[in-house]
Amino acid sequence: MHRERTRNEYEKENEWQPAAARRCPVNIPLLSLLIFTPWVGALLLFVLRRRLSASLGRILPILFSLSTLILGGIVLARFNPVITGMQFTEKHAWITALNVHYHIGLDGLSLVLVLLTGIISPLALFGPTRQVRCPAIHGALFLLLQGSALGVFLALDFFPWFVFWELSLVPAFFLIKLWGGPGAARAAYQFVIYTIGGSAFMLLGFAAIFAETRTFDFLELKLISMGGQAPILFGGAATTWVFLGVLLGLAVKVPLFPFHAWLPPAYAEAPTGTSMFLTSVMSKMGAYGFLRILWPLFPLQFHAAAPILLWLALGGVVLSAFAAMKQTDLKRMVAYSSINHLSYCLLAMCAVATAGPVNPAFPAVMIGTSESGIAALSGTILQLFNHGLSAAALFFCVGVLESRTGGLRGLGDFGGVRTAAPVFAGLCGIALFSSLGLPGLNGFIGEFLIFRGVFGLAPWVAAVATLGLLATALFLLTFWQRVFHGPATGAGVNFRDLDATEIATLGPLIVLMFVLGIFPQLLAGLINPLVTTWAATLP
Amino acid sequence: MSLPVQHLWLIPALPLAAAAVGALTPRSGRTLAAGAAIATMAGAFLLACLALGGALDFPAAHQVLNFAWFDLGATSLRLGLLLDPLTAFMCVMVTFVSLLIFIFSTGYMKADANAKQFFCFLSLFAAAMLGLIIANSLLLLFVCWELVGLASYLLIGFWFHKPAAAAAAKKAFITTRIGDLGFLLGLLWLQDAQGTLLFYDGGHGILESAALANLTHLLPCGLAASTAIGLLIFCGAIGKSGQFPLHVWLPDAMEGPTPVSALIHAATMVAAGVFLIARVYPLMAADQLLANVPVHALTVVAFIGAITALMGALIAVAQNDIKRILAFSTVSQLGYMMLAIGVGSWVAAIFHLLTHAFFKALLFLGAGSVIHAAHHEQDIRRLGGLRPKMKVTFATFAIGMMALSGVPFLFSGFWSKEAILHAAHGWEVSSLPFYAAVLGVVLTAFYMTRLVAEVFYGAPRSDEASHAHENSPAMTVPLVILAACSILFSLLAWPSPWLQHQLDPSAHSESGDMSLVLPSIVLVALGLGAGWAYYGRRPRTKAESPDPLDRYAPGLMAALANRLGFDELYAATVGRLSSGFATLAAFLEVFVWDGAVRFLAGLGELSGLVSRENDEAGFNAGFDAGSKTLRDTGVAYSKAQTGDAHGYLRTLALGFVLLLILVILGGAR
Repeated sequence: MHRERTRNEYEKENEWQPAAARRCPVNIPLLSLLIFTPWVGALLLFVLRRRLSASLGRILPILFSLSTLILGGIVLARFNPVITGMQFTEKHAWITALNVHYHIGLDGLSLVLVLLTGIISPLALFGPTRQVRCPAIHGALFLLLQGSALGVFLALDFFPWFVFWELSLVPAFFLIKLWGGPGAARAAYQFVIYTIGGSAFMLLGFAAIFAETRTFDFLELKLISMGGQAPILFGGAATTWVFLGVLLGLAVKVPLFPFHAWLPPAYAEAPTGTSMFLTSVMSKMGAYGFLRILWPLFPLQFHAAAPILLWLALGGVVLSAFAAMKQTDLKRMVAYSSINHLSYCLLAMCAVATAGPVNPAFPAVMIGTSESGIAALSGTILQLFNHGLSAAALFFCVGVLESRTGGLRGLGDFGGVRTAAPVFAGLCGIALFSSLGLPGLNGFIGEFLIFRGVFGLAPWVAAVATLGLLATALFLLTFWQRVFHGPATGAGVNFRDLDATEIATLGPLIVLMFVLGIFPQLLAGLINPLVTTWAATLP
Repeated sequence: MSLPVQHLWLIPALPLAAAAVGALTPRSGRTLAAGAAIATMAGAFLLACLALGGALDFPAAHQVLNFAWFDLGATSLRLGLLLDPLTAFMCVMVTFVSLLIFIFSTGYMKADANAKQFFCFLSLFAAAMLGLIIANSLLLLFVCWELVGLASYLLIGFWFHKPAAAAAAKKAFITTRIGDLGFLLGLLWLQDAQGTLLFYDGGHGILESAALANLTHLLPCGLAASTAIGLLIFCGAIGKSGQFPLHVWLPDAMEGPTPVSALIHAATMVAAGVFLIARVYPLMAADQLLANVPVHALTVVAFIGAITALMGALIAVAQNDIKRILAFSTVSQLGYMMLAIGVGSWVAAIFHLLTHAFFKALLFLGAGSVIHAAHHEQDIRRLGGLRPKMKVTFATFAIGMMALSGVPFLFSGFWSKEAILHAAHGWEVSSLPFYAAVLGVVLTAFYMTRLVAEVFYGAPRSDEASHAHENSPAMTVPLVILAACSILFSLLAWPSPWLQHQLDPSAHSESGDMSLVLPSIVLVALGLGAGWAYYGRRPRTKAESPDPLDRYAPGLMAALANRLGFDELYAATVGRLSSGFATLAAFLEVFVWDGAVRFLAGLGELSGLVSRENDEAGFNAGFDAGSKTLRDTGVAYSKAQTGDAHGYLRTLALGFVLLLILVILGGAR
């Protein structure tokens, strides 16, 4: 009987599929291909690692990595943004005893993150890994990481979701530890233990949920939580504990201030390509969890906790920006800037949650929040994507500085690089200005919408958060000034300008910064109906 | 023939295209970049003239073109373009002045290896400013506003290898961004309250009366909502237009090449703030009819303007760098414009903005001509005697100086300054701004006379000055054209105030009132006479000789020369505060947030240690002790296991006997 219901649901969810897709004789499991192509590549590379030449060992991972972009493009072409439910769903029973299903699907939010993964991963393999040791093993681990991240963005059942979530740590650990800088071992341990420590509570939370509901399926759980059986699941204090467990797991990952201490050393010690992936893609897993899991499943608890979380997010916005001003290691500076940027997303989500639980069962408490809510949530998703582009570009630029000088990346190690390397200075400058939210580039749209939404919901918080904007401008311009301007000194003397490979790595990111800055509709069109539905359930 | 609003976007798009050409050509493509910049700017100027023609056909109308930018919820975020006389006049001015500055730059930047990038940035600067002018949306205006800031950053820091230039560029960007944060908050507030940021939208725009009526409610602090929003937006204008207290970046911006200074001080950047406040004037004035509020937005604007006007003029008196004197003169003149808006006459402000743009561009390009001829000597004490050597530069510079000083009738500056004084005189709230403005007039005439006397009269006081000679026509022709404009623009105001009537047809004509003309002539004459008496009659002979004014008030002059210590004050307060806060944040990172993690890790290690010790000392030790006893016993027993059969038998027999005895004894009982 249960199997029957699932089948019906499956049929129903597939009704929207465009005619072309239904005419297809074999329904290609696009999303499974998305997730597992990188893994197949990883397996292949592991098996063939001794037989591959160095150049093949470098090229094969890039090709497998590109599969995400190609398949993501196909999904994008067939994606119907008007439908706000899950699309391209696949559901198969996996562990019947535990009612675990292999259930994957995609909506606008997932699509945006899949596209981001597709753009960043090949670039992170292409640009910085020319001199990497054991390219085949490195590539295999990277592909493993990439597939796991995609799994997190697509899985709709907690069990596979959690498997992907935890599996992503393993390759990340080895990438940092084996290919990273001098402090890599400690950073890698701290990263993994801190994250696992958070996830353990989340796992406990879900065990409790399963005990109560006999399901791991996000969509079913969401229905239960929205079904008016409030307060859902357990009632009382138990739910709060479960909520806190899940929250902790996600908060460490985003990271929510002050659970961010693992991030700067991990990003700073990781090799350039891994830093790019960690900051662009992996840091989005936590924010994605907030939107996909925490909020739909615990609307009341999130609403109740939001005022406190709002202040924590504000602390992250302001304090991490000011902490970045004092960093002399450029990679740590960019890492702190990442915390600042993701804190804007948390700020927006918490501000919306403060206004009311996402639950139609509750009557309106405030009028006019919906417009602010839409702006804040749209801004959040756009910011996730845009931060991915600009932070990856900045980490790559620091990587270029390192690769030219045998690992130098101090603020004071360079000077006047622009004299000898005008192209590098120009492209890095564009990335910096994108990161500080200059209008006309991509970063502005997300930040503007977030501020617009937060101002409507919590004006004083928005006013204080502008300090973060100011501090960001200060330290990013200091970065540019100290490294690129002034007379050529230190490692800046006769700095070699970017070569073709490096331009080809930065180029797509820079082009996208302009395109999305001028035509934000390209992204906003994908998510707007979805966000509007979310906000419609707001009071 | 006129340019309809649908095609208005072409005006900024043309220079933007030139910027793209400049960005993508290699370094050797300087001729192409300069040609593209000049050609597109000439095209934009023609289009702007056509737009002006169209706008003047319906001076009271706001022609708009609104369009969706991206979807947001059930609606979309809309931007728009606007064509009215204010836009059109500004467009004509910006394109024309920019065109002349571009032409001048071809001569000035001839020797610079990076000239193609210079023209790229110049075009970007002009494009951003033009976009700002034609925006019908506060958001689009803000976008262009920030791009103006970016372009000024790039241009001020154009000679980036000079640390001072790189620092000045950063200072300009950060200082204006401080103001921009206020602007952003005002913009967010407005969007939240009104649901749109379009200026004019068929009755729903934020500058139209229906929307303005929404903002007359009082906030808990006693201000009207429109006052608070207006003042937040004014913060942006304070930063951009170099008003007190955020004027500190403007003099440092001199580190850029001189054509950039001319562009910043005349056509773009600083004009943007005044334009913004003139554009949102209905919003700024929305609280005027409320009686029970502590302060009106425009009152604040007027006082800030008056303070800036007087302070800029005072500081200019004590400066010795030719560009710095002009820079503080700009600060002062911008103060006049803000003062005019504050006292209710945005039309006078825009009139002065337009005339000032021409004569200030003239003065800066003239200064550039002097600097270029004198091999980058900028200290007026080391110049001197340039009049016979640079006749064209001298003649045009003198015209600019007279226009700025407000020499009567013939020069445009006189008329626009007269309009401002007149408006300030009629202000009911306070007469202090008027007196500040009057004092500023005297000072302006004084410091400009000093500047001309020091630079052009007397004898050359350095090798650079004695070897100076007139520049090429690429540099002198723009000077002549600008000088002609500085005179011709008098016609805009006299015999009838045509321009003011075009800008605001509803305003009543004030042409008949000439009561202030005579006192104003006296004031200008006073300033000119005093300046000539101190600096012209007995020109300085040596570069090192002291300034005549130093004898009278050395302390005051030193303070003014030091720009009243604002930079030091900000470094000691804002600078130290933010640096201290950053130190605190970094401290928290290392010792609290990361410290907590390390503490937890330490706790984990400690508990590991404790449980190991526990194991070792408790369980293990007990186990060890137990096994030792066992082992000892075993050892003891094993000693008995000798393997000697006789011994065993002996023991066995002995035991047997003992057992027997026990049994017998037991049985006996």
